[in-house]
Amino acid sequence: MSLPLRIPTPARLGYSFNWAGRIGLAVILFWVVIALIGPWITPYAPGDMVDWNYFGPVNGQFWMGTDYLGRDILSRVIMGARYTVGIAAAAVVLACAGGVILGMIAGVTGGWFDMLLSRLLDAFNGIPSLLFGLVVVAAVGSSIPVLILTLAVIYLPGSYRFARALAVNVNTMDFVTVARARGEGFGHIILREVFPNILGPVLADLGLRFVFIVLVLSGLSFLGLGVQPPNADWGGLVRENIEGLSLGAPAVIFPSVAIASLTISVNMFIDNLPTRIRDRSE
Amino acid sequence: MLRSATTWLLVGQRLGIAAITLVIVSFAVFFATELLPGDVAEILLGQSATPEAVAGLRTAMGLDEPAFTRFLSWLAGLAQGDLGMSYANNMAVADLLAGRLANTLRLAGIVTLVCVPLALTLGIAAAMWRGSLLDRAVSMLTISVISVPEFMVATLAVLIFAVWLDWLPALSYGVNVDSLGAMLRAYAMPVITLTFVVSAQMIRMTRAAVIETINTPYVEMALLKGASRRRMVLRHALPNALGPIANAVALSLSYLVGGVIIVETVFNYPGVAKLMVDAVATRDLPLIQSCAMIFCISYLLLITLADVIAMLSNPRLRR
Amino acid sequence: MSEPLVCVRDLRIGAVTDAKRKVEIIRGVSFDIAPGEIVALIGESGSGKTTIALSLMGHARTGCAIQGGTIRVGRHDVTGMTEGQRAALRGTEVSYVPQSAAAAFNPSQRIMDQVVEVTAIHRLMPRAKAEAKARELFRALALPDPDRIGNRYPHQVSGGQLQRLSAAMALIGDPQLVIFDEPTTALDVTTQIEVLRAFRSVMAKGGMAGVYVSHDLAVVAQIADRIIVLRGGEVQEEGTTEQILNAPAHPYTRQLLDAFEPVPHVSATPAERARPILRVDDLCAGYGVIRDGKPAAKVLQNVSLQLERGRNLGVIGESGSGKSTLARAIAGILPCYRGDMLLDGEVLNPDLRQRSKDQLRRVQIVFQLADTALNPAQSVGAILGRPLTFYHGLKGAARDARVAELLEMVHLPTALRHRLPSELSGGQKQRVNLARALAAEPELILCDEITSALDTVVAAAILDLLKELQRELGLSYMFISHDLSTVEAICDEVLVMLKGRVVEALPAARMSADATHPYSRLLISSIPKLDTGWLKGLEQDPELVAQFANR
Repeated sequence: MSLPLRIPTPARLGYSFNWAGRIGLAVILFWVVIALIGPWITPYAPGDMVDWNYFGPVNGQFWMGTDYLGRDILSRVIMGARYTVGIAAAAVVLACAGGVILGMIAGVTGGWFDMLLSRLLDAFNGIPSLLFGLVVVAAVGSSIPVLILTLAVIYLPGSYRFARALAVNVNTMDFVTVARARGEGFGHIILREVFPNILGPVLADLGLRFVFIVLVLSGLSFLGLGVQPPNADWGGLVRENIEGLSLGAPAVIFPSVAIASLTISVNMFIDNLPTRIRDRSE
Repeated sequence: MLRSATTWLLVGQRLGIAAITLVIVSFAVFFATELLPGDVAEILLGQSATPEAVAGLRTAMGLDEPAFTRFLSWLAGLAQGDLGMSYANNMAVADLLAGRLANTLRLAGIVTLVCVPLALTLGIAAAMWRGSLLDRAVSMLTISVISVPEFMVATLAVLIFAVWLDWLPALSYGVNVDSLGAMLRAYAMPVITLTFVVSAQMIRMTRAAVIETINTPYVEMALLKGASRRRMVLRHALPNALGPIANAVALSLSYLVGGVIIVETVFNYPGVAKLMVDAVATRDLPLIQSCAMIFCISYLLLITLADVIAMLSNPRLRR
Repeated sequence: MSEPLVCVRDLRIGAVTDAKRKVEIIRGVSFDIAPGEIVALIGESGSGKTTIALSLMGHARTGCAIQGGTIRVGRHDVTGMTEGQRAALRGTEVSYVPQSAAAAFNPSQRIMDQVVEVTAIHRLMPRAKAEAKARELFRALALPDPDRIGNRYPHQVSGGQLQRLSAAMALIGDPQLVIFDEPTTALDVTTQIEVLRAFRSVMAKGGMAGVYVSHDLAVVAQIADRIIVLRGGEVQEEGTTEQILNAPAHPYTRQLLDAFEPVPHVSATPAERARPILRVDDLCAGYGVIRDGKPAAKVLQNVSLQLERGRNLGVIGESGSGKSTLARAIAGILPCYRGDMLLDGEVLNPDLRQRSKDQLRRVQIVFQLADTALNPAQSVGAILGRPLTFYHGLKGAARDARVAELLEMVHLPTALRHRLPSELSGGQKQRVNLARALAAEPELILCDEITSALDTVVAAAILDLLKELQRELGLSYMFISHDLSTVEAICDEVLVMLKGRVVEALPAARMSADATHPYSRLLISSIPKLDTGWLKGLEQDPELVAQFANR
């Protein structure tokens, strides 16, 4: 029989999510599924002009109406999920993976390495996120890899700071001292002693950072600096169709609702996590 | 109040850190814009330019020198107020910025004046009557506002105040600002939008800071002395939450920076942010650099100020 | 007895756990308190003693609520009152002395403002009169510089003084009942005496009734008229202090008393002439930036000691004496900057990273708080399995079998290996903590306050286990503690430490008789005894106290 490393899951500790948390989780999963299967379920090709009537109304043929060129909004929102969710997820995973790895190393080693890295990344934190995005896009132009990398770089320092604070906390605990006194190496201490104990808060932090990234990405696209036409993420869809507002067209409403439903759901889910998991020691 | 020497030492240290941060930030801004784009001269002259013309322009602009030398001369220029020349319209960046900066500062100032009292009142009240109807309503509203992009708040504000209610003009400039009423109306939309965005953050952080102090043993002690809820919060919790609240205010005001970029674009407000977004479209690098530095410096100032206030309000450092 | 001042009937208090389950933490408690009488609530952690005490003020902590029964204080029915009426009661009729005065004083207000606050809240008297009264109380509580101490901020006075100032804060409103919530638990023994004396004299002078919450029978014996023994939210036994101490009726009370009685330690093996297992010479260690080979904060200075194989060495001292640092220096966690360490005649490098795996295996360290000493993300099996793999290369079935053996050795069921530490009780955690050290098959175990955080009965069982393991495995212990009776129960020799230096080495069995150094005498005489007349009869040289006790 093996001795498994068991992580305390909510169910095992007797937690249950309340209704707000469950709704949040359901909406998040819904958008993830849409993003994954998007190309197979769009009723029309998202780039095709299918209606002669631009800013067309909601009807049986076009469930969400048509946009300023007469393209099907439903199809474009479904494809937009791919961009928004995909780019944000990739960026947040990069940011948090980098931040957590560096944060744990700095938190456990301490000394000059910690000092230098912390100062440097704090300085990067001193640049407002949307501004940094603007500058980079101005310099190198906008493409999906650039967006992902830029967003990841923007949010890495925050993730680093968070993970480092947690790791410093865990590092002072006696079980880490015991492991060290046993003669354990750096790798064992980071992977087996520290990491499992910061995982819960780190995942909660990842959720919150995902929201920020979605917001900044949408903001960039809204300014015309995000995903470039003819493709569009949700922020881009809002930009394209915002003029329809004065004509009373519904086109702009659906991408807006999509963004809000995703971000509010993530916030709702995180807010209703059991305190012990969410507990932030920052 | 008297402060001990250690407090001032800590404050000095904090200011030193801010200065170092500023250097690193300017480094980042400079190299992000200068090194990455390939060749500025080529961009400026367009694709049809002859190689000789490009080379001539490069020499004229000093682009042949090593990047670090250019960084130092750029930094020296900044320190003397020489922000360089705009590529796009051959005007001094400083002249382009002057009027715009005043506009943005005016907008930010008005928003701050509205936000801080509003958010502190709501945040403290929500913490004081935790779990009450007011608290839950404020929490719902603030979480909704921080969950949606700034442009959506702006759009909703336009829909409600300009389209449905028809109280206010949707754009702030272009209307005549000849009377006080007209001016108020002109500023109203951007201010309302930014107030929502900024105060939502501020309320949440203030509430969290106050609740944290309410959960301390000395506030429980006040309860056991027979103090009323008002007294517990105002006399015992608040003075100790001052540092965290100052931090909350500064951090939320820094959302002004991101918010102002969107809001100035949406409402066509002639501020620095709008200038910068336009400069990005024309790839006018000196202008972008200067705008970015203005935002970074104000952001840094706010954060540093909050840290210093937090230090000064720490009773343990009192003499 | 005349009409009781406090009358509690069938009190029930419920709580909601993290998992939203409802549990009853106080299950039908009834008792009376006569005017001027001091009643002690004695019990271990989780017995509900603080919860009951707070309910007398109509207060229940977050997540708790009074669900049934009645509480009457004077003419007031506390259970039936509105929150506003209860507020009027607090500070004037019933007042509270907290466990940690350091946390209960608002750090941003001067002490005087907080002491007289009760008079301001309830509009009892003008400010000047209140301040005069406060100064009078400061004097009665034997506080130094009573006229000016109120002008200071809380962080500018010592812990013992703050605790007495919090009593002044409780007494200013002339309450009929004062609740003391473990007010001396956080203090050192030499400080505790002064605080207890001060409490006793002001309570006697004022003729007030009191509720004294504590886990320490010896402390309670000095101050209480009557004792109520609690366990699991129920009253086990109630009686006068004399009766509880001398003729306990309930088996649980007897268990508590037994755990208190020091069991003299009989040395397992006679001192061998052979090499000592551990020899330390002239050890110096400290924290902070190292300059000229010396750290900024020097904690240990010129410590020398010797521990024979199969025998136990106790290290006693108050907080800040450097006793835990000594264990860390020997384990190599905090490398010493001067001195020599010999393990069984073999030189130990100051830094554990320079020691061989075998040297590391032979010296194991066990920490005080099992809560933080066990990785919360690993099962008991994984925690015990790791040193087996690390030191002995055990894997698979062999390792599993050894884990089961280790659990048996510390008297835990083998099924426990699938549990996480958070699913264990405090005593079980400490046993796992010990089993992990045993897994290495060590020769010397450094025990850093390993029984201090445990309830008396549980701690006594752990001590028994340590002795049993020593008999079976021939271990040597270095036992660090601030609790003299624990050290007496397990050690052969005792080192007394003060400010990073060893002031005296004594045989454990004759500590009080043989002590010659004035500090050792002061420390040993400050340990409360299970005797109601102990504090009254205790005489300490005031000059000695002034010199050594950090009051």
